[in-house]
Amino acid sequence: MTEDNKSTSKRVSRRRVLATAGIGALAAASPFRINLAMAQEPAIKIGFPVPLTGPYGTEAQDQVRAAEVAIAEFNESGGFNGRKAELLVRDDKLNPGEAATRTLELVEKEKVNFVVGSLSAAVQLAINNVTKERGVIFNSISQSDTINEASDFSKFTFHEALNPHMTAGAVGRYAFPKFGKKVAFLTADYAYGHEMVRGFQEAGKAFGIETVTDVRHPIGTTDFSALLPRIQALKPDILCISNFGRDQQIALKQATDFGMKKSIKIIAPILLYTGRVAAGAQAFDGVVGGTSYYWGIEDKVASAKAFNDRFRKMHGGKVPSDYGALGYGGVKTLLMGARAAGSLDADKVIAAVEALKYDYYKGPQYYRKCDHQSVQSVFIIESKATPQKGDADVFNVISTDEPNEANLRTCETLGHKS
Amino acid sequence: MSGLSFDLIALQLFTGLALGAIYVLFAIGLSLIFGMLTVVNFAHGAFYMVGAYAGLFLVSMGGNFWICLVAVPLLVGTFGMIVERFLVRPLYGRGIDYPLLLTFGLSYIMVELIRIAFGTSGYPFDTPELLQGAVDIGVGYFPLYRLFVIGATAVVLIGLWLFLERTSFGLIIRAGARDPQIVRVLGVDVSKVWLIVFGIGTAIAGFAGLLAAPLQGVIPEMGATILAEAFVVTVVGGMGSIGGAVLAGLLVGVVVSMSSLFAPEMAKVSIFALMAIVLLIRPQGFFGRAGLMS
Repeated sequence: MTEDNKSTSKRVSRRRVLATAGIGALAAASPFRINLAMAQEPAIKIGFPVPLTGPYGTEAQDQVRAAEVAIAEFNESGGFNGRKAELLVRDDKLNPGEAATRTLELVEKEKVNFVVGSLSAAVQLAINNVTKERGVIFNSISQSDTINEASDFSKFTFHEALNPHMTAGAVGRYAFPKFGKKVAFLTADYAYGHEMVRGFQEAGKAFGIETVTDVRHPIGTTDFSALLPRIQALKPDILCISNFGRDQQIALKQATDFGMKKSIKIIAPILLYTGRVAAGAQAFDGVVGGTSYYWGIEDKVASAKAFNDRFRKMHGGKVPSDYGALGYGGVKTLLMGARAAGSLDADKVIAAVEALKYDYYKGPQYYRKCDHQSVQSVFIIESKATPQKGDADVFNVISTDEPNEANLRTCETLGHKS
Repeated sequence: MSGLSFDLIALQLFTGLALGAIYVLFAIGLSLIFGMLTVVNFAHGAFYMVGAYAGLFLVSMGGNFWICLVAVPLLVGTFGMIVERFLVRPLYGRGIDYPLLLTFGLSYIMVELIRIAFGTSGYPFDTPELLQGAVDIGVGYFPLYRLFVIGATAVVLIGLWLFLERTSFGLIIRAGARDPQIVRVLGVDVSKVWLIVFGIGTAIAGFAGLLAAPLQGVIPEMGATILAEAFVVTVVGGMGSIGGAVLAGLLVGVVVSMSSLFAPEMAKVSIFALMAIVLLIRPQGFFGRAGLMS
């Protein structure tokens, strides 16, 4: 009781604090303790800044849908000592400045208990800057290597998403021995692309891969045709396309049009479920990539089945996407951490989340102590030529990279004291 | 730079021509409307986008790509004529910035309406089956569909040229562009000429949008990027000159393609560098008439 008073004291007037403390003291001694507490306590607020508008809007909307599932489950199972959780969604417009402003509002005005969200390497760092300064726990659900590093990390920072090192590493370890050593890269010219290429090249050292070219293109490129003949002329075994959203769809379509799939295996660090559904089977046909989640694992993973079913029930029979599922995982881990801690005090929740060994939707996961990176599996998927089980049946899971800390950069490399 | 061969450069040149073909189609419509009506059509990108969505809609209703090639320009052209008749026409004689602001606002409304009707996330547009795959053009494999785009552009250009140079209506259009007053004195209804010119210009924009759809898919914002690049094309070619738009469109395509080969990171800047150089040497562009804007 006193613990909760302390954590809420910043957002109410002094008079209110005194009154609450008085009631709290009374309540502690009273048999009506729980009822009083329930009437008294506001909802647990989770700020959720994601890019609802802009090129990643489709993915962001699915993140919200999945987060709603986590909130509903938590509230139905009794909440936090009867306190409900509440999601406060904000549009960060895929802009670091906008995200920082929205996050600051969430923290200062809405007094959120936790922040979960982001869908961009740069935007999550901007959110993290705000939350770590204000001492609010932030769980990022978007890929980034930098967020693990000592310079950006704080004890308040968690990273539920995969990072490029893990993703590209898993895809590389699968692809290089199978498809060949001569690799051409076509890369979106920003943090995401750069980190992915670094991940591939580090994983490739063990297989002696040779980089024949690394062509960079700006975000939002609509025509890749001028970049493709040269890549083709270099005759690589593998073309590795590291870009996101519409850029990925257009690049794959145009590479297919140029007949590149005849002699070259195309791989991508991440194959987006939403992208594949939007672009159709032809462009993605035969492309191999990684993902943090694909709904089709429900045949083998019980928690995935439960999550998918709940998602279908809440959202008109749809299945969750990869980035959507991260919204679920990101919200759920913090809420379960709070429940395990029996407190909303940041330090206690942090300790509880660090101690979690969880399997909420994709198999076993846990947060590594030094950088709060979620250690988890990476699924290697291949796009199907023709869906057999309805429109959502787009990928085959061809391999699973099991959770293993050895696939992460070491704590020392990241600059953490071990 | 290793691996640089004659074949590669030839293939890259071809890629540039295919890229340029879309610029050409887009820019001739823009140039036609500006040259004849002195209207800077900022909604041209939106007409281009509407062309792509019209194709998408017709295909989803059971039509095929070949029907769209005829139906889409007709639909978009008709829409263009309605816009000219009821929105642009009241602004003639009021100075160049009135229709500019009108079409600028109109483009926002059109994009927003498409977002409401079709959603914000965009759609794929399958390449027609007959034109799928790549063919060997002697120097390497080249997508069949892009060859078709070059061919279709050539057909439109020849048709437009024949129409303007070899028909009596074309004669009226050319005369109307040079001196509308005299043409009116001679008993020609100039406003009808302008209606048809605006219709043709927007029809070609819709046609260009349809051709671009299988290359990059369809999104509400697809007109905005090409509009900026097409203004470079019209400025380089000379405002209002159709021949200039053709030459400059192909040149811009080739410059983008060649700079992508040698310095991909410079590709986006290269067309603006080209514009700066041309403007320094010939401020009116290749075939522009000086003083048209004043």
